[in-house]
Amino acid sequence: MNGAHDLGGQHGFGPVQPEPAEPVFHAAWEGRMLALNVAMGATGTWSIDASRHARESLPPAVYLTSSYYRIWRLGLERLVIDHGLASAEELATGVAVDPPRPVARTLAADRVDAVLAAGFPYDRPAPAPAQFQVGQAVLTRVMHPVTHTRLPRYARGKPGVVERVHGYHVFPDSHAHGGGEAPQWLYSVRFAAPELWGQDADPTVSVRIDLWESYLVAAPQ
Amino acid sequence: MPHDHHHDHDHHHDHDHPHHHTSVSDPDASRVAALEAVLVAKGYVDPAALDRIVEMYATEVGPHIGAAVVARAWTDPAFRARLLADGTAAIQELGYGGRAGEHLVVVENTPDTHNMIVCTLCSCYPWPVLGLPPVWYKSAPYRSRAVMDPRGVLADFGVTLPAETEIRVWDSTAEVRYLVLPERPAGTEGLDEAALAALVSREAMIGTGLAGTNPASQR
Repeated sequence: MNGAHDLGGQHGFGPVQPEPAEPVFHAAWEGRMLALNVAMGATGTWSIDASRHARESLPPAVYLTSSYYRIWRLGLERLVIDHGLASAEELATGVAVDPPRPVARTLAADRVDAVLAAGFPYDRPAPAPAQFQVGQAVLTRVMHPVTHTRLPRYARGKPGVVERVHGYHVFPDSHAHGGGEAPQWLYSVRFAAPELWGQDADPTVSVRIDLWESYLVAAPQ
Repeated sequence: MPHDHHHDHDHHHDHDHPHHHTSVSDPDASRVAALEAVLVAKGYVDPAALDRIVEMYATEVGPHIGAAVVARAWTDPAFRARLLADGTAAIQELGYGGRAGEHLVVVENTPDTHNMIVCTLCSCYPWPVLGLPPVWYKSAPYRSRAVMDPRGVLADFGVTLPAETEIRVWDSTAEVRYLVLPERPAGTEGLDEAALAALVSREAMIGTGLAGTNPASQR
């Protein structure tokens, strides 16, 4: 979707402002928010792609004026409500009223280290070779789905060159919406800055973007 | 001290007028507390698991891990070769990997080439080697400009590269996470791995800094 999250190439946000000696968490609630996100993700009720879609679906004015941990909170509240795990009223009061709805699993404290160390790999066995080869010229599709996608707006309809073949990975555009993993080949595609930003762009700059096969077509000869 | 006095003044002010207290984090703190209370009450999350997750990311996982990987690569050419060929496997040799770093790619800076990592669409970042991302990495200024004006972003960090240096920006849109292997600073031939790791800031491993230049901003 063309949400406020798709920030590449937008103007007017001012300089980057690194914070000296930045703490990991600026308030205790940020740590709890991180942990809730990780633990609820581990229940398997929704995918990480669905989590991202919940965040990017926030109204643009809210997204752009919220801290990232608030964006996480608003996204998690949305998912919890949409999946029937709790009501908006329960989340407002902090008091559970309705009976719980079963979840596939709960992350126990003594399993945290092992589960996080194992992670959740996103590569899958490939049934067929990749369509594109390293060095091949490709073109990104022009598309504006209202649903989740990982093809940024600034890189749609652009010529690039395949630089790496990462593997056969879960496809977020499907996975975010309950359409299954629908894995595809994932590539790193190189774009010269002038192709993305025009003739005046710095020719020493290039951008590499991880893109799934269905985002790409072979460049015309 | 003047600062303490100022702090005390603010504190008394808030204490005297509690209903006028408007710290921006308060609604988040109360909403997150309510969220946790409900999710715990319904048995979806184990509060002790939450404690452990917070503890892990607050005190154990952080850029010191990435710095150790970099220092090993600087001192062990065979490890460096393995790291660049398969970041996930080489970093696993040192015991690191997992969530938000299941697929790690390491990209190498050279005298001619500088790499910079961004996630324009959200906040993708290599957690097992760098910990949680700093606020600036997730901010609109960085995400909007890194892909269009990386030299301007570097200037925000006080870094100026030669005009002819090739800059490769990596927009991290998938579950592949990137780590920059910075250039080893000149004059460090006699240093051991621990001393070298101390020269490697978080910014150097994202590509908004250089090794050996801003150690005060790390961890």
